[in-house]
Amino acid sequence: MNILVCVKRVPLTGGRIVLTDDERAIQTRHLGFTVSPHEECGAEEAIRIVEAHGGSATVLTLGPPEAEEQLRDLMAIGADRGIHLVTDGSEWDPQATAAAIVAAVRSQAEPVDLILFGSESADAGNYQVAVRVAEALGLPAVTGVKAISLDADRVRCEQETSAGRDVYEVALPAVVSVKEGINLPRYPSVPGRMKAKRKPVHAAEPTRTDARLRMLRLALPPESGRQAEVLGRGPEAAPAVVEMLRDIGVM
Amino acid sequence: MSTASNGSLPARQRVVVIGAGIVGNSVAYHLCRLGETEITLIDKGPLPNPGGSTGHASNFIFPVDHSKEMTSLTLQSMRQYKDLDVFLECGGIEVARTEARMQELDRRMASALTWGVEPTSLLTPAEISELVPFINEELLLGGFYTPGAGVVDSLRAATIMRERAVESGMTISANTEVLGLDVEHGAIRRVRTSRGEIEADRVVIACGCWSPRIARLAGATIPLTPAVHQMIDIGPAPRFADARTLVDYPIVRDMDTNMYERQDGTGLEIGSYAHRPIMMDADEIPSIEESALSPTELPFTAADFELQFEQALELMPEIVGDESVGQRYAINGLLSVTHDGLPLLGETPEVKGLWSAAAIWIKEGPGAGKTVAELMVHGESEIDVHESDVARAYPHQKTKAHVRARVAESFNKMYGIVHPAEQWESDRRVKLPPYYERELELGAVFHEAAGWERPQWYEANAGLLEEFGDRVTRREAEWDARWWSPIVNAEHLALRERAGYIDLTAFAIFDVTGSGALDAVQRIAMRQMDVAVGRFVYTPILTPSGGFKADLTIMRLADDVFRVVTGGAHGMSDRKWFSDHLPGDGSAQIHDRTNALTTLGLWGPRAADVLEAITDDDVSTAALPFGRCKPIEAGSLQVLASRISYVGDLGWELHAPIEQGAKLWDMIAAAGLPHGAVPVGAGVYLTTGRLEKGYRAYGAELDGDYDVVEAGMAWGTVKDQDFVGKEAHVAQRAAAPAASMCTLTVDDHVSRSSVKRYMLGGEPLLTLDGRPIVDAKGRRSYVTSAGSGPSIGRYILMGYLPPEHARVGEQLLVQYMGERYPVTVGSADATSLFDPENTRVRS
Repeated sequence: MNILVCVKRVPLTGGRIVLTDDERAIQTRHLGFTVSPHEECGAEEAIRIVEAHGGSATVLTLGPPEAEEQLRDLMAIGADRGIHLVTDGSEWDPQATAAAIVAAVRSQAEPVDLILFGSESADAGNYQVAVRVAEALGLPAVTGVKAISLDADRVRCEQETSAGRDVYEVALPAVVSVKEGINLPRYPSVPGRMKAKRKPVHAAEPTRTDARLRMLRLALPPESGRQAEVLGRGPEAAPAVVEMLRDIGVM
Repeated sequence: MSTASNGSLPARQRVVVIGAGIVGNSVAYHLCRLGETEITLIDKGPLPNPGGSTGHASNFIFPVDHSKEMTSLTLQSMRQYKDLDVFLECGGIEVARTEARMQELDRRMASALTWGVEPTSLLTPAEISELVPFINEELLLGGFYTPGAGVVDSLRAATIMRERAVESGMTISANTEVLGLDVEHGAIRRVRTSRGEIEADRVVIACGCWSPRIARLAGATIPLTPAVHQMIDIGPAPRFADARTLVDYPIVRDMDTNMYERQDGTGLEIGSYAHRPIMMDADEIPSIEESALSPTELPFTAADFELQFEQALELMPEIVGDESVGQRYAINGLLSVTHDGLPLLGETPEVKGLWSAAAIWIKEGPGAGKTVAELMVHGESEIDVHESDVARAYPHQKTKAHVRARVAESFNKMYGIVHPAEQWESDRRVKLPPYYERELELGAVFHEAAGWERPQWYEANAGLLEEFGDRVTRREAEWDARWWSPIVNAEHLALRERAGYIDLTAFAIFDVTGSGALDAVQRIAMRQMDVAVGRFVYTPILTPSGGFKADLTIMRLADDVFRVVTGGAHGMSDRKWFSDHLPGDGSAQIHDRTNALTTLGLWGPRAADVLEAITDDDVSTAALPFGRCKPIEAGSLQVLASRISYVGDLGWELHAPIEQGAKLWDMIAAAGLPHGAVPVGAGVYLTTGRLEKGYRAYGAELDGDYDVVEAGMAWGTVKDQDFVGKEAHVAQRAAAPAASMCTLTVDDHVSRSSVKRYMLGGEPLLTLDGRPIVDAKGRRSYVTSAGSGPSIGRYILMGYLPPEHARVGEQLLVQYMGERYPVTVGSADATSLFDPENTRVRS
């Protein structure tokens, strides 16, 4: 089973996001970088499938040279190799990103059985790349998946809905985007980190197709104002707490 | 509860403490305990963890340090943590991978004995393995075990102290950002915050790595830099699944890799000082809101930790090598680091009433808080913290470039093997004496003194080695000979037999002038200052309780002009002390002459011949006896000649305008040539010459822990006039001293491996049966200074001994590098081993 997991390097932000002066990016001077929690779960899922069924898990990212850090992080928890589509760091729209991934998939010597995505990236959140990749490759796609099981040449996917669960079964190869909560990703071990340093990363320069989506600038949502309200201290606070619980409808 | 977190701030307070980490809470608590009232504690962040370094500290404490001051602060802090019931004793082992480290562990053992940290022991790899079964003992040569080491809950300690202070009436205001500090007439007046203004008499900056930024709001400087310390936590480890406490196993410091590993519940915490120095500006630290974790827990940069992963893995393969054990937490934690690695305590020299309690780590926190509170209330502290005085820094040492250069150099020495005479390499040649070019030509080996380049010895004097032959001892052990040369001893003999001239530019010099000058120096100095113009007085400066604040020389140049000459190292602190004790009516002023004057020392039996050759003034003993100073003309130079000596030979300190120093040097050098005078380095001035004469040095023999009687300096009568520390001093004179400063010599230098070893200072003095010597006040005897005595042919040690041992001829032991050497007391008072009648100085 050859699994490809696609991830995106994003800043690990605190409570307040600061924009660069031109308002076209997040100020990252003091920030670390990560991938979205959905993508982390996608990688964990791929590793678990390979542990159970054999094969290999490859992580792919499209991003600046520094994004190799995210590939190594995911190789540290068990991914076998990386594909790095190196960019100059500027934001690619979903269509261009999908096209580059499709080209990379097509250029693989071994056929890919399952392509996993996070349901959305942590920053842009366009929810498009997985579907675009599936469409271009002519593969079935299931999105927002909270459980996966494999059965020979088929994959069974479960989505959570407000009414319960929708269950899909599609033939492999397929594209699946997963949601946080599908699993609890492991932490990297020290030996895992050291092995990751020696695992192969194939770097390629992707071709950028014309962008149809253009980012003008970012705007921060208005601050939520007062974050905490002291309802009282000690037993005297009880009536106010009860009233609040009624107000918000949990009682 | 008296909290202002949602209300307004009090309009006026006696004290505002900024910063609610371990330090700020401790200062506030101790101020309350000492009876201070009207105190408000504010912090920008929330409580109990406002987001500073306390919140992410690894919280372990190893008590043994080579520094007396740091060990005292740590031991005092441990007592407080134990009283607060937040100390978990688990022991700690500093492990050695190299032979050099094993030698350093021998030094640790000696320092433990010196400062009374017991028990401690050296362990074999197998013994380490018994205590830490998951360690790879094959990597190790041994370890230094401190069973009393432990882990504290510093946030809990801070909280308890804060709650107790609140019970005493303190007000707290969290989530309150300081926007400005108003200064009026040189004194702090007001704190402006995001929640309003507070007028305050005194303000304490306990803001950790933000301290420089807060100090700057008042125009003051707290010279530290935030620097990154990397730390990770891995777990859960199967080995710790059944852990009974948070730390069942001793903390391991892997000294040779600059790392530590300690159990933390089910995990293992791994910290490092081995990575490249990563510094920040206090202004760059992200806000609480912007931070993913907290402002002082910055994103972990794994690339900087690569080697550390490997080294931790090889040391503790069972845990670190377990693929099921994950890295759960990893940060680039911010710490506060200073140009010399020591804290910044006390009132800032720039702004009256603005206090610094910064660059303090968890292990010193409560002790430093108590100390600062005592300084604020009593003007002195139980623990003498002169090395940590925030006022110690010279202007260049306060610059960002200097602090960064020094921290970059010292960061990886955090667990380093640091020689007592270790020299800095970075940011040198900042302050050059006027003789610098001449000294360079003479092959001077420069050591740094108060930022000045100062020759320690001159390679050009290597020829003297032949001249003095066997009288100059060589040192076979590299450690003993590091930062040292036998040329020092040869220069010493040349001075004693002919003459030598010594660059003393590093002196701090300031004048006290004005109609109130006499009263001022009279009040500050212990000895009688109302002396004839043209006399100088060597005097102790006492703290209120009669300990040493300084020892220095004051020359009376005119009725209302007193010139203070003091050592460079403590010059800035001394100047502040004088300044703080001037009369309030402005009748006396201080003028700093440090950078305006240079001093060239000239001593030796032929010194008079040399000086007479360059001046027509009468400098004979009759005209200028010992204890006098007078202006003379030397060619076109006006020089102040002071008949003083710190080396025990006839001679002068010659003070000249700094721009004319080179000319003075040339005149002395030319006139000295026919008399065999040579340039002599500070090695003679500070060590060999001084020790042969038993002269005491501040910071070595003299500090706040010992008094004038014990130091053997209580000659003459107590003056009638009042002075700081008088009451205590009179009482000390009436009592029998608990210890006396003694001069000892080493009887046998030969080690077990047949190498002659030479102590460097700080070593414990022991009875013949190997027991530590403790005086009635609980102070231990140790070597305060050590060095050669080339003229007496003996190696000299100084140290305080209690009366039962302070007897000439008493035989004792000194412990050095794991071995004990016999020593004998040569003098139990101020009598010197060389020229005990002082005929040379006065001839």
